[in-house]
Amino acid sequence: MSSEAGQQHPLGIYYKIWILLFVLSGFSYAVDFYEVQGAMRWTLVLLFMTLKAGFITAIFMHVVWERMALVATILGPPIVLLLFISFMAIEGNYTENARFSYMGHDRDAIALTPEDLHGGGHGGEEHGEEAEH
Amino acid sequence: MSEAALTQAGPQEGMDGLVDDWSSDKQTYHVPWGKAMMWIFLVSDTFIFTCFLTSYLHVRLTTTEPWPVQGAIFALSLFGSDPIPLILIALMTFILITSSGTMALAVNMGYRKDKEKAFWLICATAFFGLCFVGMQMFEWSKLIFDEGIRPWTNPFGAAQFGSIFFMITGFHGLHVSGGVIYLMWVALRVRRGYYDEKGYEIIEIVGLYWHFVDLVWVFIFAFFYLL
Repeated sequence: MSSEAGQQHPLGIYYKIWILLFVLSGFSYAVDFYEVQGAMRWTLVLLFMTLKAGFITAIFMHVVWERMALVATILGPPIVLLLFISFMAIEGNYTENARFSYMGHDRDAIALTPEDLHGGGHGGEEHGEEAEH
Repeated sequence: MSEAALTQAGPQEGMDGLVDDWSSDKQTYHVPWGKAMMWIFLVSDTFIFTCFLTSYLHVRLTTTEPWPVQGAIFALSLFGSDPIPLILIALMTFILITSSGTMALAVNMGYRKDKEKAFWLICATAFFGLCFVGMQMFEWSKLIFDEGIRPWTNPFGAAQFGSIFFMITGFHGLHVSGGVIYLMWVALRVRRGYYDEKGYEIIEIVGLYWHFVDLVWVFIFAFFYLL
C-alpha cells in the first residue's frame, strides 16, 4: 500500500491485534500470578514482551506497510542498541562477581518484603524463596 | 496525480526500494514531513529509554545487595482481600492497551474523514491516559508514604531500587501526561475542522507517539515489574 494515500486498512485487523495484545498481557501477568520462576520465567516474559512490542510496532504503528527506507531508519538504530546492552550485561556480570569474590559481599542475602516489616500475619516465609531472582 | 505520485515514490518495494529511495538528490521518505519528524523523534526517544533500562540492567547486575521483591512491593488488597501481587500494574497495562486500541481506531476514522468518531475516540484515548497517570500517582504515593521508598533508600533491599523506579516510571508518566495534552489539542482541532484541507495525517502522527508510549510500557512492565 502506498503511504501517499495515508495508512488506511480494514478495521478488522485492528480489532484482532487489540484482542491479541490483551491476551498476551494476560499471559504475562499469569506468569507472575502462578509464580513461574527461573529460566522459564525469563523465556515466557521475554517472549510475550517481544510479541507485544512487535505487534504494536508492526500493525498499530503501521511499520509493516511502510517503505523499506523508513523501516530501516526506524529499526536500524535500535538494533545497534542491542550490542550496547549486551556489552553492559557482560561488564555488569563481571563487576558483580568481583564484588562477591573479592569484597566479601553476601551472595545469599535475601530482600525483605512489606509483610516482613508491617507483620501482615503470614510472616515472610513464602516470599523468602522468591527473593533470589 | 496518483500516477505522478507513484513514479515519484518509485515502483520498487523492499531492498530495491531502499536503494531507489536513497539514490540521487530527491526526497527519501515518501511520507508527510510531520510523520517523518515524529519517527525521528521516537527513534531518539528510544535511545533515552534504552539508556534508562540499560542503566537499570547494569545497576541491578552489579548491586550485591538483594533486589526488592517486586511482586510483594506492588501488591494491593482489593476489597479487604489478601494482597494480590502486581494487580495495580496489570490494570495499568490493560488500560494503556485499551487506549492504544482506541487510538488505532481514531487514526482509521480520521482517514475516513469521520470527524465526530475520530474526536470521541481521541477523547477516549486521552481519558484512559489520564486514568493511567492517576493510578501511577496512587502507586507513587503508596510507595512513598506507606512503604517509605525514596530514591536514595528503602527498607527492603538495594537502595538503587528507588532511584531506578522513580526515574523510569516518572519519565514514562511524563510522556503519558504530555501525550494527553497533545491528544486533547489535536482532538479540539479535529472537531473544529482545522484539518479538513490539511489532511488527517496528524491523527496518525499523534497516534505514533501514543503507541510508542504504550510500547515503552511493554518493556517497563516486563523488565521492571516481572523480571
